[in-house]
Amino acid sequence: MLIQEQSRAGRRAFAQSPKEKPALEHIPTKLLRDRAPALPEVSEMQAVRHYTRLSQKNFSIDTQFYPLGSCTMKYNPRACNSLAMLPGLVSRHPHAPASHSQGFLACLYELQEMLKDVTGMRSVSLVPAAGAQGELAGVAMIRAYHDARGDAARREIIVPDAAHGTNPATAVMCGYQVREIPTLDDGDVDIEALKAALGPHTAGIMLTNPSTVGVFERRITEIAGLVHTAGGLLYYDGANLNAILGKVRPGDMGFDVIHMNLHKTFSTPHGGGGPGSGPVGVSERLMPFLPIPMVGYDGGDYHWLTEQDYPQTIGRLSAFAGNAGVLLRAYIYARLLGREGMVRVAEYATLNANYLAKRLSQAGFELAYPERRATHEFIVTLKRQAKELGVSAMDFAKRLLDHGHHAPTTYFPLLVPECFLIEPAETEALDALDSFVEAMAHILAEAETDPEVVKSAPHSLPVRRLDDVRAARELDLRWRERA
Amino acid sequence: MPFIPHTEEDVRQMLEVIGVERIDDLFDEIPPDLRAAELQQVPAGLSEMETSALLRERARADGQPLCFIGAGAYEHHIPAAVWELTTRGEFYSAYTPYQAEASQGTLQLLYEYQSMMTALMAMDVSNASLYDGASGLAEAVLMTVRANRKSKSRRILMPRTLHPTYRATVRTIIGNQQIELVELDIDSATGRTDLDALQRHAGQDFAALVIPQPNFFGVLEDVDAMTDFAHTNGMLAVAVVNPLAMAVLKPPGQWGDSVRNSGADIACGEGQPLGAPLSSGGPYFGFMCCKQALVRQMPGRIIGRTLDLEGRVGYALTLQAREQHIRRSKATSNVCTNQGLLVTAATIHMALLGGEGLARAAANCHANTLSLLNHLAAIEGVERLFSGPVFHEGVVRLAAPTSEVLGALAEGDLLGGYDLAGDYPELGRALLVCATELRTERDIQEYTDKLTQIMAARDLA
Repeated sequence: MLIQEQSRAGRRAFAQSPKEKPALEHIPTKLLRDRAPALPEVSEMQAVRHYTRLSQKNFSIDTQFYPLGSCTMKYNPRACNSLAMLPGLVSRHPHAPASHSQGFLACLYELQEMLKDVTGMRSVSLVPAAGAQGELAGVAMIRAYHDARGDAARREIIVPDAAHGTNPATAVMCGYQVREIPTLDDGDVDIEALKAALGPHTAGIMLTNPSTVGVFERRITEIAGLVHTAGGLLYYDGANLNAILGKVRPGDMGFDVIHMNLHKTFSTPHGGGGPGSGPVGVSERLMPFLPIPMVGYDGGDYHWLTEQDYPQTIGRLSAFAGNAGVLLRAYIYARLLGREGMVRVAEYATLNANYLAKRLSQAGFELAYPERRATHEFIVTLKRQAKELGVSAMDFAKRLLDHGHHAPTTYFPLLVPECFLIEPAETEALDALDSFVEAMAHILAEAETDPEVVKSAPHSLPVRRLDDVRAARELDLRWRERA
Repeated sequence: MPFIPHTEEDVRQMLEVIGVERIDDLFDEIPPDLRAAELQQVPAGLSEMETSALLRERARADGQPLCFIGAGAYEHHIPAAVWELTTRGEFYSAYTPYQAEASQGTLQLLYEYQSMMTALMAMDVSNASLYDGASGLAEAVLMTVRANRKSKSRRILMPRTLHPTYRATVRTIIGNQQIELVELDIDSATGRTDLDALQRHAGQDFAALVIPQPNFFGVLEDVDAMTDFAHTNGMLAVAVVNPLAMAVLKPPGQWGDSVRNSGADIACGEGQPLGAPLSSGGPYFGFMCCKQALVRQMPGRIIGRTLDLEGRVGYALTLQAREQHIRRSKATSNVCTNQGLLVTAATIHMALLGGEGLARAAANCHANTLSLLNHLAAIEGVERLFSGPVFHEGVVRLAAPTSEVLGALAEGDLLGGYDLAGDYPELGRALLVCATELRTERDIQEYTDKLTQIMAARDLA
């Protein structure tokens, strides 16, 4: 039942609003609302019970194994939340003066420094609010760089066919045309196709490394050389940074600009779809164009850096300074891990993925890139099961939910048919991985003997499989009071 | 090892299954010359106890000054239940609800949110949020250029009374799409948009007119006249509103000619006043509502109600064909993640306050701000700047340099407002002040006394 359906006129959480209701003096009637908005009228306990129960209908990291590829669903340490919510931090106004901001700014400045170090970039701006906004900032900087040199012929961004959808969408938002290049059968970028695509029209290339197919791009140095020789710049999509944290740095691979997903690699919460945080790091030549504000330190005091300090900045991306509270959580996480903990993230994420890949392959599942080393994630293709048993990757995904595991990412990347992109993350114990393998093996056996039970899954969740077509055709996007 | 559960025996067993000797062997596809040296700028790890001490010290250093700044971020009462529930692991640590059956909690909540926002804004449909008010406006501007059937124009009318960093953010985000922003002047007497300046654009081709309510100075715009102007001239009307104010002010869906009841085409804004703490400017959330006819041009996640295969009601992401993970380079926006957790807080906040609670909070903000403005304007060397009616902010002009006065107030742990000199030098020594429902009579008196002393001391000097 919706909260709106529990509403009764005259009921409310009386403790939560002021006792008095002063008249709205000096506001002309024509600017006033004629009746109160029809929001729910419920007691405090009703609301608490309702939202507690709703929460219980979710899968989450705190309750389930959640091996969603490319999303890095790792444990979100509770301290990161409770310390970021300390009164002096959570109640700080974004325009509080420097005199009342040194503690906060120190955290941000140190986070900038740490992110520079782990990415090998020269400078970092923390303001992008999510990965996709980081991409927008990054590609806008590439464009600002070419524009500042009067190099207006560079109209094209190269994107591998396996890239995240945000890559081409971002390039278009920055006024670029998108040129796709294929991925080879071994998972690496097709260098010959790249060479053919490069030219005086190339503004840059957007790459994820390890790539979206879960392997490390072995010829990255050669790719960087080719792109730079052609006059283009390299953009690093940091979605998979967890795989290489402290092991390899995008700056050392030759990338000019990178965004990081702090809600992945730095374990800030995914929150049911945000808030994210997508700081950008750049090489020397892109430094003048970084989005503002950033935090500076003169040896004594911390202060904001703005248009005055960065006259060529691409500008602002939000009303204030991005998702500051998320940045604090990432900072706290980084301090808890420390330098030795950063490397361990990559090591144990990779260990878990390779173990899970091996076990699944032993259990009869086909790896998409069996000759390659898995990174922090890997792809299983269920094309054989789909063809021979009529049980699709989506069916497997839904049946996994019945086993108490969240499904891996399905049908991405699009170039591998019937695929699962599986990322276990470093915080999962061996027991959880084994339990996932058992569930997969069980479903495979079911698919062979009783495929209907898989095809009609899930059976044990609050709802059975939902009709997406109906949702799109008969749009019902809000509750309406029944007449 | 913090947050890593592996025992030595686990590791040994796992490596044996994989068939390698050491964990490092798993990185053998990475060219050796690329391997990183030890990190230099990341200090050694701390225990939770040590980290806690560090953060407490930092938080204490920033103090908890008495705050009279608004300027787009407002300190309001947030019921304790809001963040207790929002930070439940099932909400806090869930991902975007791609597996609908395993995400009915988040999805139903978002559907409830969409229902609440459309009620508050009197609009047809709402998305499930964007990053913040400013970037949300940029998305709204892009949407009008796609959606306006009457105009192929890529020009937008944008009042200077609109929040300065909103304008700056829109410039950044649309900067590479050949869209021109034409600014409208301020009426220096009232603090509203100059309607004569607006009329000079009558008959010209623009995709949209942006209408803030209240505007950056806290002043209420003549939203009916502006909406009618937009529609008469083939423009879409984009409302940028404070959602708390909409509990008492005429909502965007009812703006304009009451006979045709045209309404704004898009309503967007900063959701922070609905349950998000100040938190140094984020995370907040941008909300966006629009008319039904524009829904397929709207960016961001949208949740729809549907049925499962047994006919039970359930909720799912819908109209995904607009989005980047399906449409790639042809998507309505590159937006992927939104601000789900903040929307969770806002939904619970609105459920707890209800229409009446929000209206009471809004009315108290208004009354406190009027009281503050009256108190301050009674001080020698302080005067009200604009005559237009205000919601919960207002502008005063000082006979002394604003930055010096603010510095002196801050020394006494009081944040006296937002200095307008940087964004609006033509206004002189102007200060934007705000008193929400949290500011008491005593707080207002404290500000009045301190400012009186500071202004008097300057007179003596």
